[in-house]
Amino acid sequence: MRLTSLVWKELRERPSAMLTSGLTILLGVAAIVAIRHVTVHAEGEVSRQLATLGANILILPRDASLQDYYAADQSGKTLPEEHVSEVFFAGLTGVEKVSPKLSVPAKLSGQAVTLTGILPQSEFKTKVAWQSVSLFAPKKHDGCQRVKSAADEDQSPESLVKNRSIEQLQKSEVVIGADIAQRTGLKPGGKASLLGEMFSVLAVLPATGTVDDGRVFAHLHTVQRLAKTGEVVNAIEIVGCCEDAAGDLVPQLGKLLPGAKIVTISQVVQTQVGVNRLIGKTSWFVLAVLVTIGCATVAGAIAANVRERRREIGTLMALGATPRFVSRMFLLKALWLGLGCGTAGSLIGIGLALCLGPLWAGVAIQPLPGLSILAVVAASGLAIAAAYWPARQAAKLDPCVCFQEV
Amino acid sequence: MFRLENVQKIYSRHGTAVTAFQCSSLSVATGAYVAILGPSGSGKTTLLSLLGGMLSPTQGRIWLGEQSVYDLSVEQRAKLRQEWLGFVFQTFNLVPYLTALENVQVPLCLAGEAAEVQRDKATAMLRRFGMEERLLHKPRELSVGQQQRVALARTLVSNPPVILADEPTGNLDPESRELVLNSLSECHHEGKTIVMVTHDPVAAERAERTVQLIAGELRDGGETTAMRSVA
Ligand SMILES: Nc1ncnc2c1ncn2[C@@H]1O[C@H](COP(=O)(O)OP(=O)(O)OP(=O)(O)O)[C@@H](O)[C@H]1O
Ligand SMILES: [Mg+2]
Repeated sequence: MRLTSLVWKELRERPSAMLTSGLTILLGVAAIVAIRHVTVHAEGEVSRQLATLGANILILPRDASLQDYYAADQSGKTLPEEHVSEVFFAGLTGVEKVSPKLSVPAKLSGQAVTLTGILPQSEFKTKVAWQSVSLFAPKKHDGCQRVKSAADEDQSPESLVKNRSIEQLQKSEVVIGADIAQRTGLKPGGKASLLGEMFSVLAVLPATGTVDDGRVFAHLHTVQRLAKTGEVVNAIEIVGCCEDAAGDLVPQLGKLLPGAKIVTISQVVQTQVGVNRLIGKTSWFVLAVLVTIGCATVAGAIAANVRERRREIGTLMALGATPRFVSRMFLLKALWLGLGCGTAGSLIGIGLALCLGPLWAGVAIQPLPGLSILAVVAASGLAIAAAYWPARQAAKLDPCVCFQEV
Repeated sequence: MFRLENVQKIYSRHGTAVTAFQCSSLSVATGAYVAILGPSGSGKTTLLSLLGGMLSPTQGRIWLGEQSVYDLSVEQRAKLRQEWLGFVFQTFNLVPYLTALENVQVPLCLAGEAAEVQRDKATAMLRRFGMEERLLHKPRELSVGQQQRVALARTLVSNPPVILADEPTGNLDPESRELVLNSLSECHHEGKTIVMVTHDPVAAERAERTVQLIAGELRDGGETTAMRSVA
């Protein structure tokens, strides 16, 4: 028999005595690990979005509220479609692409989907050709060469995900999101019936983890006709050729379309970053509260344990236990409490983040082993620190308490 | 074995000072079997704690062999108890969550013995007390007499030269009492020094010398009739 088995046997005999403090550690660690997982991944997601979306600008109805960039066109408010041509023919510097969107609810094979009307870029080109005045075509911005990438040259329908626009789309064709393809089993070349009309599936988009996965994209004018909305759109997305261009464009667009709301992607992302910062700050606050409560309950539990085992401690001392042995008995117990409940809490926290991250924050979560191990180590360290004082009190007990009856 | 010099223990609580024990001189020879008698509250347990290195005297010195006990550090006194002293308690003081075997192993564990040695010595000692069938029982699964046997096995397993017993027969039926007293006598015959505190005149008769404690003061009661008849 060793010190460890002595501690283990006591712990096993009366686990309920340590239940509250163990539970506090477990829940505390679980909460922290879950929150940190979500914030870390949400931050990563925001910077990833910024990187892919680059210099985009949104033109929205003035009273539209905006939380999620990807769902900006789902507010139900509308703008006249002619804004699209106004923007395009204003010849603003740095405008790369203009893509209007109109979203209406629809059913596909009995499933609720968002039917989003878009204008293929080829139609702008024909418009430009028809006008045959290159004067109206957007001018190149000086800084634009820097950010041009291979993705921009990709003209396949799947590039819609990255480029926010599509080159070709016939009035009887649709492009479907990854989720919908999975749920309905539709493949490119298949037939889909939407709002009473048959479409052929041009392409299936790769999964993005955004609301785009649940959309069906069709030609804007087809959607307008089927939904009887008239010549309106919900949002116009402008792909600026670079960050600088986007910055310059906002005031110019504001002047051009005084009745609309114009926001840049970085503004949208800023609010999202703000939310993340808030979560970050809250999690530190939660951490402080949990650490305090955790330490207090551990200290309380160990102190109570010392109190009710006074005579036992005295007896062990009479049998030759040194004060150091006695204090180690309680510190070891606290260490195990921290390690055991911390590990369980960490695993639960990861599990929670994996389940709830996609639901709450819309981000896919990967377990972060470093963070999780750090949480366990911190929980163990804090448990020992909290047990230090009661353990010292135990070591200072007079061994003659062993003679006290009951 | 023990020598007390002008020892006094005073408890000061709530403004009143209680002299729990005082004596100008007392010696207990090596191999002696001394019974300490006295009414409740007369300072018997206090004396035993002082002898056991568990309670610093307010003044005076206590010698165990050549060593002044309270000149040692707390850790050193713990080691001293481990090597020299065995305690017998009125309420046995078994560790409730350990089995009989593990309880007997505790002193060996504290002395840093190997697990094998611990188990062998503890098993042998429990067998000596007829408890070989009950090695894996917890104290609450044992009768009062059986608990006292386990406690005795625990006291003797590390073979201490001195035994300090506080009311060892106080809670026992006549049969168990006999067993305890016989064990103590046996230890005495093996040459161990025994100091036993008791209310029980029958138990006191088994010692070779009695000391009366009255209101914290010692009065030598001389040799017991048992010893006189032996002598
Ligand atoms: N920790 C303490 N604080 C204050 N007074 C104490 C303390 N311990 C003992 N006393 C007092 O010292 C005196 C002697 O106590 P002690 O326990 O030695 O008596 P005892 O002879 O063992 O009694 P009993 O036969 O009832 O066990 C008593 O008056 C008691 O009240
Ligand atoms: Mg007493």
